[in-house]
Amino acid sequence: MNALQIVVIPFFFIIFTLLSMALGRFMCAVFRRDAGMNARFSGSWERRLLGMIGIRADFEMTWKQYALNLILFNAIGMLVVYTMQRFQSILPMNPFRLPAVRADIALNTAISFVTNTNWQAYAGESTMSRLVQMSGLTVQNFLSAGTGMAVAVALTRGLIRQERTTIGNYWVDLVRSVLFILLPMSICLSMLLVSQGVVQTFASGIEISGIDPQAGNGDPSNGKQVIPLGPVASQVAIKQLGSNGGGYFNSNSAHPFENPTGLSNIIEIMAILLIPGAFCFTFGHLLGAPRQGWILFGSMAILFLPLFFLSAAEERMGNPALARLGVEQSAGNLEGKEVRFGALTSALWASATTATSNGSVNSSHDSCQPLSGMVLLLFMQLGEVVFGGVGSGLYGMLMFAIMAVFIAGLMVGRTPEYLGKKLESFEMKMAALSILIPPSCVLIGTAAACLVPDIRFSLTNPGPHGFSEILYAFSSAANNNGSAFGGLDASRPFLTVTLAVCMILGRYWVILPVLAIAGSLARKKRIPSSSGTLRTDTPLFMLLLVGSILLIGALTFVPALAVGPVIEHLQLTACNRAMP
Amino acid sequence: MKRIIAHSVLFMLLMTVILGVVYPVVITLVAQSVFSWKANGSVLVVKDQIAGSALLGQEFSSPVFFWGRLSNRVTHPSGIAVSGASNFGPLHPGLVESGIRRIKDLRTFDPVNPAPIPVDLVTASASGWDPHISAEAAFWQASRVAVHRKLDRSDVEALIRAHIETDRFGVTADYVNVVRLNLDLERMAPSRIR
Repeated sequence: MNALQIVVIPFFFIIFTLLSMALGRFMCAVFRRDAGMNARFSGSWERRLLGMIGIRADFEMTWKQYALNLILFNAIGMLVVYTMQRFQSILPMNPFRLPAVRADIALNTAISFVTNTNWQAYAGESTMSRLVQMSGLTVQNFLSAGTGMAVAVALTRGLIRQERTTIGNYWVDLVRSVLFILLPMSICLSMLLVSQGVVQTFASGIEISGIDPQAGNGDPSNGKQVIPLGPVASQVAIKQLGSNGGGYFNSNSAHPFENPTGLSNIIEIMAILLIPGAFCFTFGHLLGAPRQGWILFGSMAILFLPLFFLSAAEERMGNPALARLGVEQSAGNLEGKEVRFGALTSALWASATTATSNGSVNSSHDSCQPLSGMVLLLFMQLGEVVFGGVGSGLYGMLMFAIMAVFIAGLMVGRTPEYLGKKLESFEMKMAALSILIPPSCVLIGTAAACLVPDIRFSLTNPGPHGFSEILYAFSSAANNNGSAFGGLDASRPFLTVTLAVCMILGRYWVILPVLAIAGSLARKKRIPSSSGTLRTDTPLFMLLLVGSILLIGALTFVPALAVGPVIEHLQLTACNRAMP
Repeated sequence: MKRIIAHSVLFMLLMTVILGVVYPVVITLVAQSVFSWKANGSVLVVKDQIAGSALLGQEFSSPVFFWGRLSNRVTHPSGIAVSGASNFGPLHPGLVESGIRRIKDLRTFDPVNPAPIPVDLVTASASGWDPHISAEAAFWQASRVAVHRKLDRSDVEALIRAHIETDRFGVTADYVNVVRLNLDLERMAPSRIR
């Protein structure tokens, strides 16, 4: 590492923390009605907008009503995206005359984008029309992110309110998230990206003749190449900010038209982390106890940094198999990486995109070193709470906080309480459900896929890495991440359907228990803290929280990781030792 | 229930108009007027022909050109090029096979070059469109290009030096844009293979 690199990474995290604090305060103002001018402005707008379609903004919902509105709206979203894909050939804005998307892939994609997963079983360039990308997928990028934010705000309300049966209004929370947070940020980010070279046009594509006349003679198109263009920047901006990750092009943000320069790369990484980080501070400010937000942010950072450093250190090492060919490898592991990003920021992106539930990529995760790939798997398997998705990271983390308080309560023999609310068996059951359902989907799904006799024909890599490809797919789907070990051909119907089921379970069977807890907590009175209360704004609790997350994650996934990346790592080091 | 479905449908319509039509159209209009060249793909025009994009790598296989990264993009018969990576894990035999092929090609045209080959010349990029190689990888190819174009090696190296881009964050080593470098090379000393 050179001197600049040692400075640049801490500097990045300091900027990230400062921006998160500022944005956290702003989001608090958006979600709280009483804060000065901003609330008056957004308040009248949201009332008028919702009034236009007959929704009363002052109507308060119980958790069941909130959940019903959310589920039905999401179901309709899926229907719309599915229909658009199936009829894209007769809809406008399809310059390459792409045929209708295959039914199971269309279903997989509809579920994937509405659940904020953005798993892509298709290649954007050759599958989706301009209209589907712009008016189907991009819209869901906003709405699925907004839904996650709404649920996080509803849970926070449940913790704040006392003796109330309601937890807010889904439509109001959604409109505030989408129109007052995500949309303005996306507009700024799109313009920044275009200034770096991300394309934004309605032209269909450019045909290039090429410079070397001898190249490309073997291509079926005889050297003619058409590079698809499109409204890319507007889609990339929201897919980075909203933990979506579904790219316009097949290679996602590795494509120079999605991420053209070193600067655009840093900006896009910041966009991945920003809103999930800021939500911790929003939570603290909404509670009126900023330290509670800091504890959550700190726990996430403690989990993120060491794992990221491990991944970065691995990627900076060369591959022993290539070393044997006499290749000079000081630049690190560059297979599946772009020169303008290099090994270090590719590792930073990979960690950020899996720790949050974003899932966009700027390198091929499949070509990562074994232990680096393991870090990415682990970030997803911990339940997407290391910053996590927009909103979903916060409510996931709060489920773990409830679990940590419970474990501490067991140790000293007191009824657990969090933020003055007594946690009883109903809350514990719901928190346990939300924590256990995604890992169950991952392990059962992976096991089932391994039993399919010809699954190996869907894999690119032999041996333990092939197993990792399957494990990665189910970890990604069940935790709503969306990134992939791209060597897995996910387009076979068995995988499109099982992964779609995992995405649904991993999304709604976390949201439902969370809303149930919100409803149950809102009904309770806050009990004054006493000397026997476990304080949740101390470094001690932070360590307890981190410990609980690692314990649950490790106990669940160590065997699976041992069979995949760990064996591969041992094989690679053995290969290293065998060198003359 | 019926009311909620009606609300959902109307809300969906409203959001599709705002986020799926107005938002991309406004961004496009602004982008097209403020950053017109970049918003349209940073196209490089040579003699009224689109030679390529400054951001997209191309395949170079003649010895008179600098070569870029290996690529796994797939070109359909219609001409649509789909971006993509090899997705080879570190132990995949294909990784070594494509590396050996590349080394053989490089060494065939330049058998006396004693320096070890930089890793970016024997590995494939993530997108298949990577327009860059490291400065070392360009300097490694200088002798071959000079010999096949009957140029002085020092002139070729000076051209490379003029094309070096430094990452402003210092996180990657210096690199050059192969497409721009080859275009300037053609301008300096036209190869007669066209």
